[in-house]
Amino acid sequence: MKSLSQIFIYTILILCGISMVIPFLWMATTAFKTQTEVNRGNVGFIPMDQYSEYNYKGELHHVKLIKVIGDSCFIHVFNEKNQIIREYAKVPTNEVKQIKKIAFHWENFKKAFQKVPFAKYFFNTIFVSISVLIGVLITSSLAAYAFARMEFFGKNTIFYLFISMMMVPQPIYLIPSYVLLNNLGWIDTYQALIVPWIANIFTIFLLRQHFKTIPQELFDAAAIDGCSRFRMLWQIVIPLSKPVISTAAVFSVIGSWNSFMWPLVMTNSESLRVLQVGLSYFSQESSSQTTLLMAASTFSILPLIILFLFAQKKIIASVASSGLKG
Amino acid sequence: MFKKISPYLYILPALIIIVIFRFIPIVLSFIISFFEWNINGVGQFIGISNYTKLISDPEFWQSLLNTFYLVIFVVPSAIIISLFFAVLLNNVEKFRGFFRTIYYIPAVTSLVAVSIVWKIIFNQQSGLANFLLEKFGFHPLGWLAESRGIMELFLGNFGIDVPSWLAGPSLALFSIILVTVWRSLGYNTIIYLAGLQNIPKVYYEASEIDGASKTRQFFGITLPLISPTTFYVLMMTTITTFQVFSQVYLMTGPPIGGPLGTTKVIVYYIYDKGFGESQNLSYASAIALVLFVIILSFTLIQKKLEKKVHY
Repeated sequence: MKSLSQIFIYTILILCGISMVIPFLWMATTAFKTQTEVNRGNVGFIPMDQYSEYNYKGELHHVKLIKVIGDSCFIHVFNEKNQIIREYAKVPTNEVKQIKKIAFHWENFKKAFQKVPFAKYFFNTIFVSISVLIGVLITSSLAAYAFARMEFFGKNTIFYLFISMMMVPQPIYLIPSYVLLNNLGWIDTYQALIVPWIANIFTIFLLRQHFKTIPQELFDAAAIDGCSRFRMLWQIVIPLSKPVISTAAVFSVIGSWNSFMWPLVMTNSESLRVLQVGLSYFSQESSSQTTLLMAASTFSILPLIILFLFAQKKIIASVASSGLKG
Repeated sequence: MFKKISPYLYILPALIIIVIFRFIPIVLSFIISFFEWNINGVGQFIGISNYTKLISDPEFWQSLLNTFYLVIFVVPSAIIISLFFAVLLNNVEKFRGFFRTIYYIPAVTSLVAVSIVWKIIFNQQSGLANFLLEKFGFHPLGWLAESRGIMELFLGNFGIDVPSWLAGPSLALFSIILVTVWRSLGYNTIIYLAGLQNIPKVYYEASEIDGASKTRQFFGITLPLISPTTFYVLMMTTITTFQVFSQVYLMTGPPIGGPLGTTKVIVYYIYDKGFGESQNLSYASAIALVLFVIILSFTLIQKKLEKKVHY
């Protein structure tokens, strides 16, 4: 009885799991098809090539069947470059072979990557993500250290200012930020993508929670040995907080990598496009090239999926604890 | 002396960034909304005329209605489905981590990429959605190209005409709703699972002795004890759904927000007013502030409700 209900639960879990990842499976398999296949209506999950073949002047050529009349038929003959080299050739129908085979067109990825400067977009995204990450880790560990281990006037006020700023959604401050960056002359620069993001309130909280749990005795002992406050951060707090810092780092990279609206608004020139913005323009410019779009989507999410699979335990544990209050 | 001021030095880098790039912009947005302001700079003081203009702007009301449709459909579906996933996961031991990972994947992938993929899935001719519908013997649908409401389409099948106020969100907006729910599930499932695991086992054991059925246990123990988590999920999903932008920007159009403006949401309207043809930053800022007030009031109402239903 117990095992029967378990089988039932697992079946539902598997079905739900499939429905969660089916868009990705379809994306990846469509990326390997030819556009002709897709336009012909091969919507399934197996990339296939379908064509007719005919031995024309001693060589096998792709042909297109135009009309069948009794035992013979009319065909167009194509060369390797898909150009017609002979129109309306009349040939025996049984010599035209229908070919249907599984084929993975890896070249779609190369084509998509070269069609627009994706290499530049990747560079920009990685550069911005790493710069933001370094900034976030520095500002957050300093601030979290002060909030967790020091007493000073106005501590709570500043703390509540931070909390309330965290509650404001991005679309609210998008317009005034544009005005501000415009006055600074930062529109269409790397600074606009990096500097406003190098303080992350979420990271400050995450680190503060952890810094608070470090036993006071360690600090007392270090103080007796004449260790300065800054050295304590560097030599006690940070080494003891490596797991939580790496969790914060992963969240920061995911956030920068996926950020879209901000770079869309704050940059104009193509050389400053980050991956998401470049991908968005690509999808508007080549909306009919679905196989290339799927290939570009695949390679732009793959790095994050790999990062996630490596760090999934940390990410999930951190998300899980964010919902548990008290 | 140095000991007294040194804490501020630790806070300073973060504080400077947050004051300049969060606090000042928020104050600035009020000012901008009271002045004539475009991409080139500041103009005259115009008082509250942006706000009076909003009241008689049909596009604003349309985008507000679309956003409300989004929230009303996304939030309950996200809560019910993710709680369902979490209860299933809580009832198995093997492969729990594996399924959790699978369910979370959509939540880490970029909205831009998944929107592009879903747009192609909903393509009428070569999309997966219609392919599956036809495979199971249904009629193909117009998806993102369909401006008629889902209630209108559904009841139309039975020959019932519905008045326009009952037509519901367009099928195009409903497609956006599906994608938004799909992407929110991973995050919410993890939160719910953590909440479920926090419920002490003794409650279930005690009720089992009293002969309570599984259904009874779910409604009598699980649902009430999980309510703090439900409020958290409710709040987070409401806040993020009010801000939907990328899905609309990438999946709909041209023109974006189509067909017939039925997928134009408020954040896209802000973007369009501020950075589209009119470049009216001042008006866009006023809309953004109205959105802020709406989000804030929803959050406060939910907080109030939470206090009333506390176990």
